[in-house]
Parts: sequence; structure tokens; C-alpha cells
Amino acid sequence: MSKAEHRKLRTLVVDDEDLARQVLRELLGAHPEIEVIAECRNGLEAVKAFAEHKPDLLFLDVQMPKLTGFDVLELIGAETPVIFVTAYDEYAMKAFEVHAVDYLLKPVGKERLASALQRVKARPPEKVLAASELAAAARPAGQFAERLVVKDGTRVTLIPVGKLDFAEAQDDYVALASEGKKHLKQQTIASLEAALDPRLFVRIHRSYIVNLERVARIEPYGKESRVAVLASGIKLPVSRAGYARLQTLLQERS
Amino acid sequence: MATVMAERRKAPAVRVPKLAWIPIAIVLVPSLFTLGHISWLSALLLGIPLSLFSLFIPLAAGYVCRFSPSGRDRWWSSALTHLVAALLLSFLWRLIATPFARALSFIPQLYGLDKQFAQDAWIIYFVGCIVYSLSAAFHYVAFAQDAARQVELKAVETSMLARDAELRALRAQINPHFLFNSLNSISALTSVDGARAREMCLLLADFLRLTLGMGEKSVIPFSEELALLEKFLAIEKVRFGERLRMTESIEEGARQCLIPALLLQPLLENAVSHGIASMADGGTIHLEARVQAGRLGIVVENDRDDEAPSRRRNGVGLKNVRSRLEARYGREASLRTEAAEDRFRVSMSLPAEYAETR
Repeated sequence: MSKAEHRKLRTLVVDDEDLARQVLRELLGAHPEIEVIAECRNGLEAVKAFAEHKPDLLFLDVQMPKLTGFDVLELIGAETPVIFVTAYDEYAMKAFEVHAVDYLLKPVGKERLASALQRVKARPPEKVLAASELAAAARPAGQFAERLVVKDGTRVTLIPVGKLDFAEAQDDYVALASEGKKHLKQQTIASLEAALDPRLFVRIHRSYIVNLERVARIEPYGKESRVAVLASGIKLPVSRAGYARLQTLLQERS
Repeated sequence: MATVMAERRKAPAVRVPKLAWIPIAIVLVPSLFTLGHISWLSALLLGIPLSLFSLFIPLAAGYVCRFSPSGRDRWWSSALTHLVAALLLSFLWRLIATPFARALSFIPQLYGLDKQFAQDAWIIYFVGCIVYSLSAAFHYVAFAQDAARQVELKAVETSMLARDAELRALRAQINPHFLFNSLNSISALTSVDGARAREMCLLLADFLRLTLGMGEKSVIPFSEELALLEKFLAIEKVRFGERLRMTESIEEGARQCLIPALLLQPLLENAVSHGIASMADGGTIHLEARVQAGRLGIVVENDRDDEAPSRRRNGVGLKNVRSRLEARYGREASLRTEAAEDRFRVSMSLPAEYAETR
């Protein structure tokens, strides 16, 4: 504990605006326990820099090119404390409050920054936060994810939801099938289901979500059970509850 | 023959004041006395109760008028309707009159009144038709006044709605995001470049002043809107630096055209927040305006990254612009958006109006 206090907090500042980074760096200059090890101009750089430097603390702008602050959090995992910085975004602010994530509002003042840093130091580092839930809370009601972000090593892939064929649960991960490839992502299938538009995606099975547009037909499979045959020929199991959901959705559509 | 037409306006109410019997009596009693062969006393005793029982004529006339509004049918069809109605109602009136005359003739002094009246019954038709005609005329006038009042009310309502929409639009246009980000830029500049911080404060003040001042005017010359856009872009330029690039091609003639105040500002704001802010290396916004064949064409085009995370307030600005164009020009104006993979383009066309011609 006492040793940790003397160690410098290696910090990453992520914001797409030069001036915004500048003001944060300047304000952080007054805190000798903080060492800004890198600055990033967008989310992709942040993911890369995170893998490279393994910082102790991140200042993350919410709205950035390429990846939002939420996307970055989703990709880097939640072990590292993050302080979000935003100008004005009522949904994001609500999400931060709900999930007790610290955030700063632009223009950032030095008192507010000091108290945020105080909280970071006081917070036990093992506090884990589900990034996908935070991102979901920051979405206005009725809005769904438009794209999914996946990280493979330091490579970040963006999958527009229209290109997602199906998703398969694999323990703590989901495999996202898109354009003939599978991308593994650390997320529960339930939270993925919640993020997707229920008019386009159906949970056909405990372990499967399918893009309705890809389903060519449903075939009986043995007694009582069925399979969904996709346009690509892939067959996915359909549970009884999943079949009921599929039917109500198709009825609503017609 | 008579088809029930779904009237768009609410049918006017038919009202007949109870005291209408007095003018009817004033016509009926002297008519009975001078045109017929009965005494003053008989005329009074017969005429007054008959007048009281005649209010159904103006009432029925009102409903006939409502059924056959002026100007809807051809004049002879309307006239025929009224003639038939007048005769029918007068006949009814006469039916009521006969037992009255009979009852009065039991009074010794009025003996023989029923026989006299049977001879003079045409007077009832005569007065009945006069009462009917006057009532119909009154009703038509009343209906016309009603309609005029409704139109007036509607106009007031519409203008209030338009004003309301305008105010809402203006309020929505000062985007808090823009304001807070600008303040953040100023706060960053104060320690590194005081002069630029001051410059930015002045730009922001100018922008706000212009915006607020425009709230009172419904239309402004295009050149004034351009001046505002320049301030706006100068502020955003401080924020985005090299990432924000701008090209414009404004025809001289377009500068004098009148456009609704703050029509383009939300489009430029969208171009910055959905376009430039979404691109790590920035992009270009292109503004174009020209007058052709009496129409002002304006194009706002910007680079964008279609993989970028979508931003909030998506479409609010655009919807505002669309509804303001519609409110002011109706079908005379059009707005089109084209979203290509890496470009977004809004083009609009509206009647070219000038200060002199208005």
C-alpha cells in the first residue's frame, strides 16, 4: 500500500483535439505522482498505446474518430482505471453516474481533476467494470449498436452489424461470424443480444444469435428440434423458445 | 342526388334567437289586416300566437342553408331547394294556423274568423316565404362570418406554431457541445497563447451575438448568413486545426438572396461534427451557392468516415432545416441528401428572393 503510493501513475491521455490534450497535460503537470507517458489522437492509437505501455490510468475522450471512448474501454478491458472526459453528452453522463465511473466535463478545472485523481488512488484496482454495459447505458433508448469492435492482438476490426452473419457463445467469449471469418470477443451473448436491434437479430438458441437476413430456411431436425440454414449453407441449431421468437418476429415483419 | 360530402371544416352552428318572433309578428299582423279582410283585433289575436309558433321556419331555413352552402351548387339548384323548402314550411305554418283561427272564432266578437281566414290563407304563404328568405339571408351572412372567423383563428394558430417551431429551432441550434468545446479550447489557450485565447473569446462573442440577433429576423441576406458561418468555422478551426479544411464557391448574385436566418448553420455544424470530427486526419467541407432560373441552389458537402461511430443529435439539425424550408416555402423548396461512402452532400433549392421585391 505505502509502496504503491510512491510509485508514479503512468498515464495515457486520449483526445482527438490538440488543445484538449494540451490543457489536460498542463493540469496534470501540477500532480507530481502522475507521469503522462503518451498521448493519443484517436481510439485506434489508444488501443495500440495501451498494449505497448500498459498504463496505470487513462484519460479518455468519449467522442473521437475511429473508435469512441466506450469502444476503447471495451477493447482494453476494465482492469485499468479510466477517467472519461466529455464536453456535453447527457447519455454518457448518465451512464457514468450509473456505473460510478469517474468523468470530467470540459472545460476541465483543476479542483475537479484533483478530486478525480483522489478517487482513482482510493479505488481498489480490482474493481471490474463491464464495458459493454457502460456502452449500452450510454446509448439512448431505442438505439442499437451500429458496429461491433473486436481486437485481435493489437489489430482492431470493426464489424458493421449488417455484416454480422451470426454469433456463437463460447464460454466467456462470443465468436462473431462475418464475411467467412470468425472473430473472438470477450463478451457474454446476452449483452451482445441486448446491443443488437431485435428486429434484425434473433436469439435462436441459448448459444446462437442470427442475422435474420442470412436465414434461408428452417428445417426440422430429428424430433422436436430444428435447424436454421443460412444462405451460406451453415446450419445453426434452433431451440424451441428460439423458434417461437423467430416466428413472432417473422409475423411482425409480414 | 344529395351525396353526403365530408366537409373539412366543422359545420356551422344554426342559431335562431327566440325574440325573432317579434319581427315576424311585425310583418304578419299588418299583412293580415291590410291584405286580408279581418279586423285589427283579429289580426293581432291570430298573428301574435302564429308568430310565436313560426320559429321553426328560420330554424329549418338555417339547416337548409347549411345543407346547401352558398357557392357549392349551381344557383338554380340552390334556388329550387330553397323554394321547395319555403313552400313546404309555409304549408306547415298554415296547417298550424287553421285550428287557431277555428278556436278564436268561438269568441263571439271574432265569429266567422275561420271562414275569413280560409280565404286569406295565401297571406300565410306570402309572409312565410318572406320570413324564410330573410332567415336564409341572415344565415348565409352568419355562416360567412363564422367561416371568416375560423380562417382567422386558423391563421393565428398557424403563425403561432411557425413561430414556436422557429424558436425551438433556434434554441436547438446553439449546440451545447460546440459551446463547451469552445470554452475548453479557450481554457487551453489561456496559458500557451493568451492572444489567441482572446481572439477566440471575441469570435465566440461575435458568433453568439449574430446568432441571437438573427432570432428576431425571419429572413436575412445570404451574405449575412455567410458572415456567421465564417465565425463558426473560425472557432471550429481553433479546435480542429489542420484537420478542418474549407472550400467555397459562392456566386456573387447569390449573396443578395434572402434566406431564412440560421438555415445553413446547422448544416455546417453537422458537417463538422459528423464529418470532420469523425476523421482522424480531418477533411474538407465544401460550400456552394448559385442562382439559376430564379432559384437559389445551395450545396453543403463534407468528407466523412463511414466506419465512424455515429454521433448523437443525428438528424436533428437536418430535420430542423427541412421543416423550416417547408414552413416558409412549402412545395417551392426542396432538400436532398446524398450519402456516399466517404462524402455527405446536402443540396437544397429555394425561390431566389431579394429585399427589393418584398
